[in-house]
Amino acid sequence: MVSSHGVSGMLGEDGIHVDMNHLKSGEVNMAINFKDGVILGADSRTTTGAYIANRVTDKLTQVHDTIWCCRSGSAADTQAVADIVSYHLNMYGVVNDEAPSTQVAASLFQELCYENKDALSAGIIIAGYDPRHGGQVYSIPLGGSLHKQSFAIGGSGSTYIYGYTDAHWKEQMTEQEGIDFVRSALSEAIKWDGSSGGVIRMVVLTNKGAVRHLYLPDNGYTGPGVTN
Amino acid sequence: MDHFPGTWGRPRNDVYGAYDPSYLQTTGPKTHTSSPAVTGTSVIGVKFNGGVVLATDNLASYGSLARFTDVKRLRVFGEKAVVGFGGDVSDMQYIDRLLESIDIRENYSSHGNMLNAKNLHTYLAKVFYKRRSEFNPLWNHVLVAGFDGEGKPFLSSADLLGTTFSAPHLATGFGAHLAVPILRRLFPEETPIEEISREQAVSALKDCLKVLFYRDARSIDKYSIAVITQEGIELKEDEQIEGQSWAFAERIKGYGAQTN
Amino acid sequence: MTSIGTGYDLSNSVFSPDGRNFQVEYAVKAVENGGTAVGIRCKDGVVLAVEKIITSKLLKPGANKRIASVDRHVGIVSAGLVPDGRHFVSRARDEASAWRSTYKAPIPTSALANRLGGYVQAYTLYSSVRPFGVTSIVGGWDSEAELAVDGQVGTGPKSGSGGKVEGTPAGGPGLYMIEPSGLYWGYYGAATGKGRQAAKAELEKLDLTSGNLSLLDGVKEAARIIYVAHEDSKDKEFELEMSWISSHEGPTKGRHEEVPKELREEAEKFARRALEGEDEEEEEKGQGEQMEE
Repeated sequence: MVSSHGVSGMLGEDGIHVDMNHLKSGEVNMAINFKDGVILGADSRTTTGAYIANRVTDKLTQVHDTIWCCRSGSAADTQAVADIVSYHLNMYGVVNDEAPSTQVAASLFQELCYENKDALSAGIIIAGYDPRHGGQVYSIPLGGSLHKQSFAIGGSGSTYIYGYTDAHWKEQMTEQEGIDFVRSALSEAIKWDGSSGGVIRMVVLTNKGAVRHLYLPDNGYTGPGVTN
Repeated sequence: MDHFPGTWGRPRNDVYGAYDPSYLQTTGPKTHTSSPAVTGTSVIGVKFNGGVVLATDNLASYGSLARFTDVKRLRVFGEKAVVGFGGDVSDMQYIDRLLESIDIRENYSSHGNMLNAKNLHTYLAKVFYKRRSEFNPLWNHVLVAGFDGEGKPFLSSADLLGTTFSAPHLATGFGAHLAVPILRRLFPEETPIEEISREQAVSALKDCLKVLFYRDARSIDKYSIAVITQEGIELKEDEQIEGQSWAFAERIKGYGAQTN
Repeated sequence: MTSIGTGYDLSNSVFSPDGRNFQVEYAVKAVENGGTAVGIRCKDGVVLAVEKIITSKLLKPGANKRIASVDRHVGIVSAGLVPDGRHFVSRARDEASAWRSTYKAPIPTSALANRLGGYVQAYTLYSSVRPFGVTSIVGGWDSEAELAVDGQVGTGPKSGSGGKVEGTPAGGPGLYMIEPSGLYWGYYGAATGKGRQAAKAELEKLDLTSGNLSLLDGVKEAARIIYVAHEDSKDKEFELEMSWISSHEGPTKGRHEEVPKELREEAEKFARRALEGEDEEEEEKGQGEQMEE
């Protein structure tokens, strides 16, 4: 995942010349469909090499009222992309006098990730809810392809939970079942992947809007739960 | 107040020494995609009396990870042409949209989309060649199936370099190594396609898919198959490879002298 | 107030002292000479129709189309200067294609009308251009079904997306008319060109606001209205051109297409019969009671 663009010099030697491409975030995240909408979840670790640059990162990013995304890869790249998409979605809402659908958000993300694939190191999961289409999950992996999925996992830590999620996945889960699924899957990734860790953040998107959840490691990821 | 924005946010020269701009500089020429990320494997196709069959599995791999297992790699163009995509999935989506925009434009005239598979193949090969000449290739190997201007079955390949190739049966990727020999044995060169029935062609492709599933480590047993005839396109996208042979594993013991 | 001799009509983008743009008003005159065009917004689709005056016996019947498709789901018909109409359609196609490359989905009819309105208005602002000599009717059907992102792979949950509220209103017919000033409104029924007055009177009788008229009846009515509107220029021969856009369940599956020959001929038969019926009634009533326009 570490990409070098032919940069010369001794990077990181003096702690000043930091290669921004090495500031990685989103080492495990996911989004799932459930009975009433979608749930996004992510760990909170950002690393620079082996050093944890931020242990309470928020990798769940709002790009419109009920369209959110999970970012993984370069922190700088994914933040820039999310900011641009957020701008376009807000413009869409104002100009067309209608909230953008999750498909529109996914299309905008894809266009940016595909056309700039050589410059970006970004893996993004988009999850959104609207009454017409219900909850939807889209995944945009490294090359900039767009995949509609019933649930998506991403980040380096996700490779540890392909088996777990596939075996435990079921459609039309209740909200509590969905939260438990995301929490247990992410805690497995955190357990086995050194690049994932910290707290588990979640956002539940339904007809009622966006609700944030938080689960802490020092109580075995049991709470506090809803935080807003 | 520092009035030189160029120095904002940088370490102070008097403390850390002059800034070495080489840290931010990218050396060498602008680089383009030199490796695909999410990929599909083989595409296989056979001409028969009155049409063409095309098949791919439904996998998009991420390196060796079987990441997306519901990716339909046969894309329909107009009424009587299908493109089977191998290689990068994001480039496949780009080309799919390009073809959709052409279909929309063609339908602006009162006679509708008159482009046949042969026209489509010529066009696609030129797109591939143009992009490779810009050192920014579309990382795909495709088979185009349908009919030519005379209404005869058409099957041809085009790859990321703009290379084209045509034969009564074709395969890309692993299929070129594993499926083509099977197809050549079933339908020797001297056999005119008029003597190959639709059923024979479909069954041959199913056999090839099975061998590819056995031997291609980037394949799965879910596949799509399209039969293109003058009546139109029959596309099935959720098929399962049937009639696999594994039970003989019971007789395989050890790797040499061992018998238990 | 007349513009003759005042000089305020010599350049586009110049107001007269009482706040008029004469070049735009002259463009409207060009429209008023064009063959009648109508659009009807029905409950399950939109129909467009135009009266094509045959200016030469050497023109091939059925050729030289006046209704154009934009993307797959929108049709445009114009009254006025034909080349201006063609350029307008070309711009509409570019807008639709640009929308698709950004959003990977068909442009909503309302958004297209909005962009075209903006485009036409810009031609009233500069002295280097003249306004469009057309009034255009834009009809489209926005998919009521869920649309996949263009080029989509993957399908999501087999049991359907969670939390979907069934019956959420979405999509449907759209009908807009854009004038040379750039002004545009959404309509239940729109008419422009030479016979617009008669056509509008007929459209108003249809009770389109209740949303009960079916597309098939709409086709018949559109044909009849063009025939009625042609009554004032009876000396000239004309050809009827009609197109329609139905819902996804309907005959055109959400696409803009020419009305099939058989259906158009049936509608024309209905139109002629309706006119003959009117004539008979009028004869019965006697000369003195004829309606005035």
